Amino acid sequence: MVEFLSFRNGEATQEPAVTVEAFTGQTNSTAVRIEAGEDARELLPHLDRLSLVEVNFPAYGDGRGYSAARILRESGYQGELRAVGDVLVDQIVALRRCGFDSFHPAKPLDDAAVDRALNRYADVYQKAIDGRIPVWAKRHPETTNG
Amino acid sequence: MYRYDSYDQSIVDARVEEFRDQVQRRLTGALTEDQFKPLRLMNGLYLQLHAYMLRVAIPYGTLSGKQMRKLGEIAAKYDRGYGHFTTRQNLQYNWIKLADAPDILAELATVEMHAIQTSGNCIRNISSDQYAGVSADEVADPRPWAELLRQWSSFHPEFTYLPRKFKICVIASDDDRAAMKLHDIGLKLVSKDGVIGAEVYAGGGMGRTPMVAPLIRDFVPEEEIVSYLEACLRVYNRHGRRDNKYKARIKILVHEIGVEEYKRQVEEEFAHMRTLGLNPPVEELNRIRAFFAPPAYETGLSDAMDRSDPAFALWVDRQVAAHKAPGYAIVNISLKPLTGIPGDASAEQIELVATLAERYSLDELRVTHAQNLVLPHVRKVDLYAIWRELEEAGLAEANLDLITDIIACPGLDYCALANARSIPLAQKIAHRFAAAERQAELGELKLKISGCINACGHHHAGHIGILGVDRKGVENFQLSLGGSGAEDASLGQITGPGFSEDGVVDAIEKVTDLYLAQRESGERFLDTYRRLGMKPFKEAIYG
Repeated sequence: MVEFLSFRNGEATQEPAVTVEAFTGQTNSTAVRIEAGEDARELLPHLDRLSLVEVNFPAYGDGRGYSAARILRESGYQGELRAVGDVLVDQIVALRRCGFDSFHPAKPLDDAAVDRALNRYADVYQKAIDGRIPVWAKRHPETTNG
Repeated sequence: MYRYDSYDQSIVDARVEEFRDQVQRRLTGALTEDQFKPLRLMNGLYLQLHAYMLRVAIPYGTLSGKQMRKLGEIAAKYDRGYGHFTTRQNLQYNWIKLADAPDILAELATVEMHAIQTSGNCIRNISSDQYAGVSADEVADPRPWAELLRQWSSFHPEFTYLPRKFKICVIASDDDRAAMKLHDIGLKLVSKDGVIGAEVYAGGGMGRTPMVAPLIRDFVPEEEIVSYLEACLRVYNRHGRRDNKYKARIKILVHEIGVEEYKRQVEEEFAHMRTLGLNPPVEELNRIRAFFAPPAYETGLSDAMDRSDPAFALWVDRQVAAHKAPGYAIVNISLKPLTGIPGDASAEQIELVATLAERYSLDELRVTHAQNLVLPHVRKVDLYAIWRELEEAGLAEANLDLITDIIACPGLDYCALANARSIPLAQKIAHRFAAAERQAELGELKLKISGCINACGHHHAGHIGILGVDRKGVENFQLSLGGSGAEDASLGQITGPGFSEDGVVDAIEKVTDLYLAQRESGERFLDTYRRLGMKPFKEAIYG
């Protein structure tokens, strides 16, 4: 079982994440935690000083964090993006696709099940954040290069 | 028809194996029912009153003879010999064993079918017009768009845990046969300066807060439809309510913030989304379109037919619609026999319709949101032979859009959510109005029954709608009038206090009698109601 899962090179950020409110009000913190319902776009002016964004999932069915992650990545955030809270093995693939690159679930994950999940689908239908080439681009390589 | 390529097939096959693994973990006890529930729901498997129910997707209601035959085989092998066609053009099996579910999905995958996202808070099966591709009045065949969106929505990484379920419909005619404006998002294809695009409607739906969707954009070009829908869904995913599941559908968001504010947020998000390269190239829609190219119709066919058999002539006049190709017709097969269960078909009937589709309809058939079937490409010279076979199988009821063509949910006989039984009531109404002359006299009259407030039986959209409720442990039925799911979409108004099962049948008779007495030339029941208003109907019922 794994308590912490990272797909980044190097050490995970250790700095404790502060709330969005605390983060935008002080200039020296580099780690922030977004609660479901908080607006990820408030962080956009500060992306260059961030090294960790934690996104909390209060319940696996609360999907707001998927949009928060994509918004950050679409805006160029390169730092660690960590899913925390009620994160289950069956959500890992979609979370990875939305740009999460580390996971600290409330309950440890079975690593074998994570591996199986990550390797289950050879193809995807959408362009997302993870750089996987969608089926439509594979079907039309001549028109979708680059 | 669309055919899977190796990519589509591998994704569906992977899903079967994933679900097999999940079911195995459940059967061995590695997963509790609580942990298993969200997984099975993503695959259309519900735990109902008596057994598991499996909902199979029939994308945009189109299927081949081979696919239909497989549905019949599964009904015979794994169910009690029946399938139930739903108002979302899907098929449900009501008597499934959990241990069989992976094998059923594997069998479906052999004919390019699946149960992906037929439940759960995700984008559901895309619905469409059952006359797509064969009606003369459409701007373009809407199904290539629906297939493009089927693929886009399958395992969408951002929109799989939405506040609530999400239903999308695509049509391309002025006549709305698919209740487009009662969907979370409705697309109507239109042509502007010779270019095809979509009008977009958002925030329609039924349930406990019924709403007709307002127009939010008058044109989205085809090459940008994916990024536009991503914008619509992102605004909903971020801001839709999650504190109360009864207020979580997009219609509530659009209503609470107002349609102008929702539009503004979508436009802002769209301006961003369209820069991200999310749209498949136009070549992809063209690739899909090629599968839906019109079949090779025979030319020089006669439009004449022998109407000397009066029962056949009656059926033709009711069940057969105009086809765009000369010499061809569209055949509607009623799944509303007077003593049957609306939308149910036996394994043998499913098998027969599969054979008819292969032999007489260029291997294609459709499912309608009114829970009937359609053979879309029938030579008129074959109509009599088809009718004979349907009659033999108990499928030749001539009641399309008449009072006995009732939409009904499964109700308390099957469903864990229901408050009242829909099926016995549907049968009582059908019995009361059984006489063919009486039905014909009443003309188009769409009667819809839901066994609870969730409105699976579309009662809000019924010219006559019935809602079953539980009043202190006793079934009670509320009557509403004046709804429509068509291009003139409207929501029915409740007449007043509810009725017993027999009482509501009597009340229907009173309102239809009033209609017959008051109608002006050419008026349908709905038109007379709209002209007169509720008052005289109320007096007739309660006075």
